[in-house]
Amino acid sequence: MMTLRDLLVFSGGAVLAHRVRSALSLLGIAIGVGAVILLTSIGEGTRYYILSQFTQFGTNLLAINPGKIKTFGVPGVLGGTTHKLTLEDAEVVKRISGVEAVVPMAMGMGRVEAEGLGRSINIFGVTSDMPVVWRFAVAQGSFLPAEDVHRAVPVVVLGPKVKRELFGDRNPLGQVVRIVGYRFRVVGVMEVKGQVLGFDLDDSVYIPVANAMKMFNLDEVMEIDVAYVSAQVVDRVVEEIRRLLTDRHRGTEDFTITTQTAMLEVLDDVMRVVTLSAAGIAGISLIVGAIGILTMMWISVGERYSEIGLLRAIGARPRQIFLIFLFESMILAMLGGGLGVALGVTGSLLLTMVLPGLPVYIDEQYLLISLLVATGTGLLSGVAPARRAIRIDPVEALHAE
Amino acid sequence: MIELQHIAKLYEVGGQPIYALRDTSETIQSGEYVAIVGPSGSGKSTLLNIIGCLLRPSSGAYVLEGQDVSQLDDHALSHVRQHNIGFIFQSFHLLPRLTALGNVALPMVFAGVPSAERQARALDALESVGLADRAQHRPSQLSVGQRQRTVIARAIIMHPKLLLADEPTGNLDTSSGQQVMELLELLNRQGLTLLVVSHDPNVARRAKRVLVLADGQIVKRLTGAEFPVSSMPFSQGKTSEDETSRC
Ligand SMILES: Nc1ncnc2c1ncn2[C@@H]1O[C@H](COP(=O)(O)OP(=O)(O)O)[C@@H](O)[C@H]1O
Ligand SMILES: [Mg+2]
Repeated sequence: MMTLRDLLVFSGGAVLAHRVRSALSLLGIAIGVGAVILLTSIGEGTRYYILSQFTQFGTNLLAINPGKIKTFGVPGVLGGTTHKLTLEDAEVVKRISGVEAVVPMAMGMGRVEAEGLGRSINIFGVTSDMPVVWRFAVAQGSFLPAEDVHRAVPVVVLGPKVKRELFGDRNPLGQVVRIVGYRFRVVGVMEVKGQVLGFDLDDSVYIPVANAMKMFNLDEVMEIDVAYVSAQVVDRVVEEIRRLLTDRHRGTEDFTITTQTAMLEVLDDVMRVVTLSAAGIAGISLIVGAIGILTMMWISVGERYSEIGLLRAIGARPRQIFLIFLFESMILAMLGGGLGVALGVTGSLLLTMVLPGLPVYIDEQYLLISLLVATGTGLLSGVAPARRAIRIDPVEALHAE
Repeated sequence: MIELQHIAKLYEVGGQPIYALRDTSETIQSGEYVAIVGPSGSGKSTLLNIIGCLLRPSSGAYVLEGQDVSQLDDHALSHVRQHNIGFIFQSFHLLPRLTALGNVALPMVFAGVPSAERQARALDALESVGLADRAQHRPSQLSVGQRQRTVIARAIIMHPKLLLADEPTGNLDTSSGQQVMELLELLNRQGLTLLVVSHDPNVARRAKRVLVLADGQIVKRLTGAEFPVSSMPFSQGKTSEDETSRC
């Protein structure tokens, strides 16, 4: 029987015999595949960007938020608490074995000023454990002192941007800063961290959580961040927190524990769905491409009656004729797919050059899938023309010119 | 050996039955040289196509080399054509995108002959028709006579027993037509059965036997020598043709 290689050579020869027409017919597929790759690259880029934002805090991390919600929440945007999440709760959690550090957190916006300069920025109420839990180090001086969390010591650590704005190149340590009117003594300056999840941590100040709660008139913390020692203990730690806090809250589980890994998984899933939906929409243009190939192949069969008649006369089996046209269609689609991959990759790269801020990540997996889908599309588009080809009566076909 | 027993071919055109061939019986021995003549529409091509297994008869039996092929399916008929029959067409039917060598090798591609063997055999065949030096030419780069010799090389490449030529000189000038007929006759002397459909009385006269068709029937059986020299009442064959108009 005819080998696969012979089939490919014969079909490929027919494709090459009409270069311009073939090129035009595969353009639709190329554009479809290119669009899929461009969109998935942007989608994947965004996914990695968001994930990297979250993992900046490390992965052996969990958050306790007031209120019971099913999925993860963003700190500070929750409501519907029945029992307060308190500093005592944080202290209880800290005593659980396997817990490395705990940060009860409350935050708000407020005016921060020194020597006449100032403006409204983020004020984070945290504890001395914050640098450990948030993976965030002090650049100058020291962080908040490790004291009883209930003590409202008027000390502040500045974000680097705030420090520069208020003090320039001068040493801020020991200086006084007014925060919503209250006097705080500067004990340290944080290293540069940049934007994380929409908060500019460099343009923020860090004060003891007890001060922040008083300042913003809060009777509970917004979140308790917990760092645990290793992934092995996570299930036990979560269970322990749930048990202890439920006890403390008179038997109701009115808080939500979100581990970083669970949150990342959900996020990852969400982003994947977003990316795949975008790819799916772009994939619709593949249908247009498929119609392009189908049309071209249909016309091609019509034009090649006499060739088909000859092939039948010299003994080609109907099945071989069928495969010839199917392969032609598939070759067109594969060439289209290849061109589409080239277009998509080039487009993605150009995009990063034009818009350096846009996260773009080209995943080979999507390149491969696009090529496979294009090939499959080509095969499907080829079925009807190939069936037409084998239904042609050889005598009639030999008469055609 | 070809045995046609009460073969008929019926078409329906607009509800009207048209007999392209009616109750035709004939036996052609292996190695014979038979010309089929008759006016246009008399059923010559239909007869040749049935013999060539391109067409199934509506009724009757066709026994080729001892096998009844009249009711075989497409797949089986393809196999019979591939191994038993070489076709020579008036309009060549060479694929323009392939070289002469590629065209000659084509039947072997579909028969699954390995590539190296194909090359060698196709070159041999081209050499046997005097076109070894044209192997890499495309049909459009060949004269019509060379094209028809390429077609003959293709027809014999699978070593068939039967050569069927429908108006083989119909698109050729007199001298290349002469060359093509000599080539076919040489192959016949080497043992191939040769059936030629032609309008040309000169072609018919060279055959051992002539079947004269009219209205879907064999109306006369003559020897080539008995065939009238000229003034065939139905003669309308071309004697020359623009060198590049067909491939
Ligand atoms: N596919 C077909 N459908 C209908 N009629 C046909 C078909 N093929 C041939 N015929 C008719 O059969 C008759 C014989 O045709 P053909 O064998 O081609 O004649 P010839 O080759 O002698 O000119 C003609 O009348 C022709 O019109
Ligand atoms: Mg005819």
